[in-house]
Amino acid sequence: MSVYTLEIDGREVGARPGETILAVAREHQIEIPTLCSLEGLSTVGACRLCLTEVEGASRLLPACTTAVAEGMRVRTQSERIARYRRGILELLFAERNHQCAVCVSNGHCDLQALATSLGMDHVRVPYRDPLLSVDASHERFALDHNRCVLCTRCVRVCDEIEGAHTWDVAGRGIGSWIVSDLADPWGESSSCTGCGKCVQVCPTGALFEKGKAIGEMTKRTAFVPMLQHMRGRRR
Amino acid sequence: MRRIEIDPVTRIEGHARITLQLGDDGRVRDARFHVDQFRGFEKLAVGRPFHEMPGLMARTCGICPISHLVASAKAGDALLAVAIPEPAIRLRRILHLAQILQSHALSFFYLSAPDLLLGMDADPARRNLVGLYDEEPELVRGGIALRAFGQEIIARMAGKRVHPAWVVPGGVATPIDAETRDFLLAGVPGAIATVEQALASFRMRLVGFEAEIQHFANFPSLFLGLVDTNGELEHYEGRLRVIDPTGARIVEGFDPARYQELIAEADEPDSYLKAPYFRAFGFPDGIYRVGPLARLRLVTRCGTPRADAALEIFRGRDASAGQASFLYHEARLIEMLFALERIEELAGHAELLDPDVRAHAGPNRREGIGVAEAPRGTLIHHYRIDADGLVTAVNLIIATGHNALAMNRGVLQVARHFVDGERLQEGMLNRVEAVIRAFDPCLACSTHALGKMPLAIRLFDAQGRVVDELRRSSR
Repeated sequence: MSVYTLEIDGREVGARPGETILAVAREHQIEIPTLCSLEGLSTVGACRLCLTEVEGASRLLPACTTAVAEGMRVRTQSERIARYRRGILELLFAERNHQCAVCVSNGHCDLQALATSLGMDHVRVPYRDPLLSVDASHERFALDHNRCVLCTRCVRVCDEIEGAHTWDVAGRGIGSWIVSDLADPWGESSSCTGCGKCVQVCPTGALFEKGKAIGEMTKRTAFVPMLQHMRGRRR
Repeated sequence: MRRIEIDPVTRIEGHARITLQLGDDGRVRDARFHVDQFRGFEKLAVGRPFHEMPGLMARTCGICPISHLVASAKAGDALLAVAIPEPAIRLRRILHLAQILQSHALSFFYLSAPDLLLGMDADPARRNLVGLYDEEPELVRGGIALRAFGQEIIARMAGKRVHPAWVVPGGVATPIDAETRDFLLAGVPGAIATVEQALASFRMRLVGFEAEIQHFANFPSLFLGLVDTNGELEHYEGRLRVIDPTGARIVEGFDPARYQELIAEADEPDSYLKAPYFRAFGFPDGIYRVGPLARLRLVTRCGTPRADAALEIFRGRDASAGQASFLYHEARLIEMLFALERIEELAGHAELLDPDVRAHAGPNRREGIGVAEAPRGTLIHHYRIDADGLVTAVNLIIATGHNALAMNRGVLQVARHFVDGERLQEGMLNRVEAVIRAFDPCLACSTHALGKMPLAIRLFDAQGRVVDELRRSSR
């Protein structure tokens, strides 16, 4: 098996062909922020928070979808990268209604944690303040579109792990939104098994268990690679 | 006709102004208290899951978030239609009393003590907490410690001083530990000593405030509030009692969930503060007062020894003084005593640390009403939800709102007595504000504590020209 040698943040590292920059960085304990990425799910490169500088490339490349190459030189931290990442977060916060202080996931939210760790303390673009609904028709869970960042983790876990494919994305561009079945109320979905995996993998308070008060919704995602591993073995 | 504007009113929370209409003889004809700010919580909560309401509603106020948290959670309890565990009720009570304590301490020591202990006409540069510290360092230190104690109880029980979300529909989020209980119990004796010292100090000076007692919103009105089943002081639950100016009970044992049968709400064209009135008497004759003064007039007794001893002296004064809103200050001190005594009693309960603090359920009713006695008076949260548990309508009657008509009338009374339209005096301006401060409207801004809020008062002539202006600088 051939091995590539490349450089990440000045460190020489070895990688297998086909691996992504993100995977290799993580193997070597090099932190790259992510939001849409989740171990055990397929990669879509939607959020762009893992943008890195690759020498010779004219633009920033997402670490989660860029395959390593021999001799590659990657930078995961720079003033330019930090500016882009903060800008992406600002756009996410401005796009919908993220009110951390009164959110069920306050203190346990990936988006909030990223804003803190990446130093996003202001939003310089105007807030869109869209009028969005909450789908609380399901007996145990609810979906608050106000808090959704369209990372599609719910779509992927439902399709790839549970096999139900209840969730999907409807609409285009800024008008995109998560729908269950054919945009039916979640509680009326015929495909939903009620397993709650989507709730657990949602990085924000968009999907949550009913009955949770402010700051009470904690999530666990460790089951995703375990399940995939177990099911992979059985096949 | 000329008009005087006091804009903004200082040492209150939020933004408000006062206008005085003067007749040709220079005497005050009319006075209005305008609350210009708009929060809109009744509207912005629509569509939210009701379990989120307490934490959301706590954001209404930074001074009394716990009262909103409690009233909102109680509305949530009503939607769940479950009996919440006794240990949770005890914890909610302690938390709420700690909030009463810190809010009253803020009102008395930070906002009003400079007027009360240094005098209404004292030099404005010194009429603040710092000036007061030079005169009464021990009292000021004690007052600050008292508020800190209340805030620290909240922080230890609920996670943070301001805007915790620990009280939830069905109970509270987590039980408390022995360390927190011991902290509560250890702090009570020192806090009681401070309040008693302040009470003695206030009573000693009361003789110097004859004019204020007579003219600070001193008029016959109804009083409304919750009392417990024995007619004792109650801030967490209970039944509504209404008394007339003679003290006769005209409403007794009334279920607060039926508040709309008692109270109607009027909108004033020049204020965002709703003006509730006693429905049976109509508008504006149905004027009533709520809050510490109302509660002490309503109750048969407080129910704790020190507070009851203080209540006896309070009631022993000239009967006419019972209508005086100036005595809200003393009532606040007595309630602080009560809060501390009750906290000690509750914290000593054998099952205080019981982990059974929450009942879980889905929405079992479409309508829920939660009522509590906030520091400033009866607080009502009223929600309607759909079958999925999403809020479809909210009605809030905030404690300060009940007093809107009384504050307006109080401003007029003070202005008529103290304001000479020909020459404006700073002390006069301060008294017009001080009558509002007596009610401690929950517009109370803590930066005022240093007396540094800017304030301008203008005298207009018939053509709307400014003929005199007095300005207090913010620096």
